[in-house]
Amino acid sequence: MNQEIIDRLQARFPSSIRATEEFRNDLTVTVRTSDLVSIAQFLKEDPALAFDMIIDIVGVDRFRGKERFEVNYTLYSLSHKKYLRVKVLVDEDDPTVPTLTGVWSGANWHERETYDMFGIKFAGHPDLRRLYMPEEFEYYPLRKDFPLAGIPDSLPLPRR
Amino acid sequence: MPARTTEESKKSQILAALEDQDTTVSMDDPLENEMVLNMGPQHPATHGVLRLLVRLDGETVTGVVPELGYLHRGYEKIAENSGYHEFIPHTDRLDYLSPLSNNVGYVLAVEKLIGIEVPVRAQYIRVLACEMARVASHLVATGSMAMDVGALTVLLWTFREREKLLDIYDVLCGARFTTSYARIGGLQQDWTPQCTSMLNQFLQEFKQDLEEVEKLLRTNRIFVDRCENVGHISREDAIALGLTGPILRAAGVARDLRRDNPYLVYSDLDFDVITLTESDALARFYVRIAEMKESAKILRQALDRLPAGPIHAHEPKKVLPRKERVYTRMEELIHDFMLINSGINPPVGEIYQAIESSKGELGFTIVSDGTGQPWRMKIRSPSMTNLSALPLMLTGGMISDIVAVIGSLDPVMGEADK
Repeated sequence: MNQEIIDRLQARFPSSIRATEEFRNDLTVTVRTSDLVSIAQFLKEDPALAFDMIIDIVGVDRFRGKERFEVNYTLYSLSHKKYLRVKVLVDEDDPTVPTLTGVWSGANWHERETYDMFGIKFAGHPDLRRLYMPEEFEYYPLRKDFPLAGIPDSLPLPRR
Repeated sequence: MPARTTEESKKSQILAALEDQDTTVSMDDPLENEMVLNMGPQHPATHGVLRLLVRLDGETVTGVVPELGYLHRGYEKIAENSGYHEFIPHTDRLDYLSPLSNNVGYVLAVEKLIGIEVPVRAQYIRVLACEMARVASHLVATGSMAMDVGALTVLLWTFREREKLLDIYDVLCGARFTTSYARIGGLQQDWTPQCTSMLNQFLQEFKQDLEEVEKLLRTNRIFVDRCENVGHISREDAIALGLTGPILRAAGVARDLRRDNPYLVYSDLDFDVITLTESDALARFYVRIAEMKESAKILRQALDRLPAGPIHAHEPKKVLPRKERVYTRMEELIHDFMLINSGINPPVGEIYQAIESSKGELGFTIVSDGTGQPWRMKIRSPSMTNLSALPLMLTGGMISDIVAVIGSLDPVMGEADK
């Protein structure tokens, strides 16, 4: 199945697949951010793939100079009982990714969580608010440069 | 003095604002009857610290905004800063109603990352642990859902049953609640004959006890009226939102990871995946009841087939050695020292491993950079995703349905907020 997914994606989007990787039978396909939405639409609607569920969105801070962040979309196909990870790389200067809420409505909260934790903005998201942290919090706690112990006075406290 | 005047004027401004809110009723439109109600985070029916902002038109709900994060403890950040073994106790505190299956889900993910498999006996014991956790969790879900709509007796009865399972946990791993039972490449302790007899005793009584609980609610007019056709979600919406577990199965989608993407020894065991098509609060209740019966079936099979043998994988560089051997043998002492100090150092890679927990798909994404600590660990919590369906389920319904729907979703905020 993994090879079939790669083949179908390569045939349809020959220039937007940046890399494919298989590890412990988990397939990861790295795609160009500009084609993310059309690839997602294709993955959902192509009957041979039919990835009709979005299971999770995982942001990763690689803490490197170029393309610092990654956004991983864990997809699931109900008919083929198969997982797939689609990855896009994000620059630190403009951490923006198109939203996938139009493809899977379940992406909504996962994208809010990724925004909350990494500060990655999802262009076109209907309600891009923080999911866990208070709205006035200025930092993104899962970035690697955010200290484990937190930042003193970063959360508003009642005045004396 | 100018300073005082500003302070005074500020004071009077505040007073004016307070008076305005408290004493004056302003209505632009006399027929305007919309109001916004804040429910929670301290509300007994929200199962923890869930906060809902509800827009009401009379008693009809016209909009819902769930607010999460009141129990956010930053477990993903903690995971990045602790070793793979160190994180096991934290998994107890995710879905604190079924800690045993959380432990198993996490260690399965780590085992997939490092590429080891535990012996068959350990796999069977893990199945036993997971199914006991499912029964215990569904018992709480059933009882608290009934309590939310007004039937207190059921809660007491289901908690009585759950106590028996907690007693088995106690004998199995020395803790009733925060079990931390599974270990990477094995288990904390072996299954004992005492556990077998206790579980046998429980299974003997369970069938009838569950029937009593079911009887109490199935024919209860108030319960049925309050749950039927309440919190409906269509099959398509449930799939698109990524709902999992009993909520998805009550919507008619037969998705159960135990059967679809089998882990442990589930492929050898005989059980049915329960689905209903009504997709309302009552259907979710029935799915949970039927799943408990299936779990009892699995428990009995696993007990019958439980093979003898070791419970730890023979991977000395990955699996923590037994304490008594650490104190008496040099080799084990060295391995223990290395494992504690530098960690298990899995290969570089990314994996995703999920289990069917009592709430739905509990998954762990681990990004490893080859060191003793994960570079990134993401918890896919079923409660959080299931809660995202609340606006769809509640809008258009009545205000009194809110508690029934939350009860039927069975969220655990420890897991939803991570």
